[in-house]
Amino acid sequence: MSLSSFLSVVVEQIDIIEAPVAAVAHAVNPWVAFAYLVAGVCFIFALRGLSHPTTSRKGNRYGMIGMTIAVVTTLVTHDIASLPEIIVAIAIGGGIGFIIARKIAMTDMPQLVAAFHSLVGLAAVLVGWAAYLNPGAFGILGEGGAISPVSRVEMGLGIAIGAITFSGSIIAFLKLAGKMSGAPIMLPGRHVINLGTLVAILGLTVYFTQDQSFWIIAVITVLAFIIGFLLIIPIGGADMPVVVSMLNSYSGWAAAAMGFTLHNTAMIITGALVGASGAILSYIMCKAMNRGFLSVIAGGFGADSSGGGGGAAQTDRPWKRGSAEDAAFMMSQAEQVIIIPGYGMAVAQAQHVLREMTDLLKEKGVTVKFAIHPVAGRMPGHMNVLLAEANVPYDEVFELEDINGEFAQTDVAFIIGANDVVNPAAKTDKSSPIYGMPVFEVDKAKQVFFIKRSMGGVGYAGVDNDVFYMDQTMMLLADAKKMVEEINKALAD
Amino acid sequence: MDFIAILSIFVLACFVGYYVVWSVTPALHTPLMAVTNAISSVIIVGALIAAAEAGSPAAKWLGLIGIVLASVNIFGGFAVTERMLAMYKKKERPAPKKEAN
Repeated sequence: MSLSSFLSVVVEQIDIIEAPVAAVAHAVNPWVAFAYLVAGVCFIFALRGLSHPTTSRKGNRYGMIGMTIAVVTTLVTHDIASLPEIIVAIAIGGGIGFIIARKIAMTDMPQLVAAFHSLVGLAAVLVGWAAYLNPGAFGILGEGGAISPVSRVEMGLGIAIGAITFSGSIIAFLKLAGKMSGAPIMLPGRHVINLGTLVAILGLTVYFTQDQSFWIIAVITVLAFIIGFLLIIPIGGADMPVVVSMLNSYSGWAAAAMGFTLHNTAMIITGALVGASGAILSYIMCKAMNRGFLSVIAGGFGADSSGGGGGAAQTDRPWKRGSAEDAAFMMSQAEQVIIIPGYGMAVAQAQHVLREMTDLLKEKGVTVKFAIHPVAGRMPGHMNVLLAEANVPYDEVFELEDINGEFAQTDVAFIIGANDVVNPAAKTDKSSPIYGMPVFEVDKAKQVFFIKRSMGGVGYAGVDNDVFYMDQTMMLLADAKKMVEEINKALAD
Repeated sequence: MDFIAILSIFVLACFVGYYVVWSVTPALHTPLMAVTNAISSVIIVGALIAAAEAGSPAAKWLGLIGIVLASVNIFGGFAVTERMLAMYKKKERPAPKKEAN
């Protein structure tokens, strides 16, 4: 007996007793709905805890409790024909996840988060397909044993968003992990292709309400995989904070769409929270670069920097080269030093030696502060995590707007692995691609040390930086970690 | 539940999310992404239903794979968030620090 004929028999029987069709699969038990609501509230507390480091771990526990409630509620309210398989599946996945979480280096967090997003996306696709194949289990059958039209739209959209999240996150992962060039890959006519694909997905979703054929779901999935791929390949490496945040948002919307399909409040609340979270982070990142979200997503930024054209102007401008001893001497004489870390610090793994440097300076009575730009690194908060890993207390780490007024009273600004975020052209040069981006006013500090590998390269935006050539700037040309180690040696003497 | 009831929950949850996330300190934005990752895997609920209910072997297998993927995320996401949050420390008081040195 096929599934559909079985279901039509069931539906006929149900009609006799005049009960809603949905009741076949699982009676709507108010306690179940309540449990999912509690899980959703726990997730709200989980995010709320992150408003301060002291409450954050408690928040994380709330998250775990919420997840446990959701999983246990689901298991005890369904006839579990396959509990052993389910437990094995959880054990396999949980084991892998736990080991990864233990072993991952903090500098690799951006690609880990991207990889995790892809899993949420793929899981959403699989759940969408499962709901299509076994709609009765999810209580989404309408009249006559077919999936109700509203559920079909939700299903189509959920699968599409999940698939975009999956393939987009895979590309973001490959770029962040350095397994694929971070340079933008520009296809001709990509905007037309993207829009056309998007319209096709929406059109198919609408058509899906009329025709419940399998090929429609399959084509939607494939098209969504393609568009996720196409969306991310033209976006350059340093725009990844926006991309990772955006994919974070998408993974939330995918969960919410599945929540709509399955009428599950825990999924809807969580999806909305995560969707909002990712959207806000994307907004903060875009604002910190003074760029529109659409211009970031359209991609191509930083494509010129690989040409090396920006490097040419540097030869005819005078600049001063400093040594580790110079830096050690000037900083030990200073009252206040502000350190501005960037992605280069993460690449060089210099956070630990940098903390040793601050310890040595503090012993000499120097006040040391860290200044973090919102887009420093490859994901929101990337620098803060690395500094926390190196045991830098969080109350010595400051946000852009909180510390920018202090540079005029600062003896030394110490720039390590950052570039565009200190470029004064953002304030003065209207033709600059980074014009309008909020930057650290390091030019107001009495002395600037700028660690950089060589004078040849320019920042991600491909623009020259006037800070290199200021009277009070000394360039420390070396690998960031080696240079700080030498400074530490000089400070210890 | 009818569509409007679900939609109401969704819209209100978006507003809650908006205000809660703005209150998150920027220093914790990376743990925020890790924990949102973990909680968005509540999608495991859908995978569990698919795997638990009889009716379609294909749906069951899709569900089981979904459970594996979501479990990686749940355990990995919460564990890595916990690991990160444990690193955020306030300035130590001078006394115990001298002993440590």
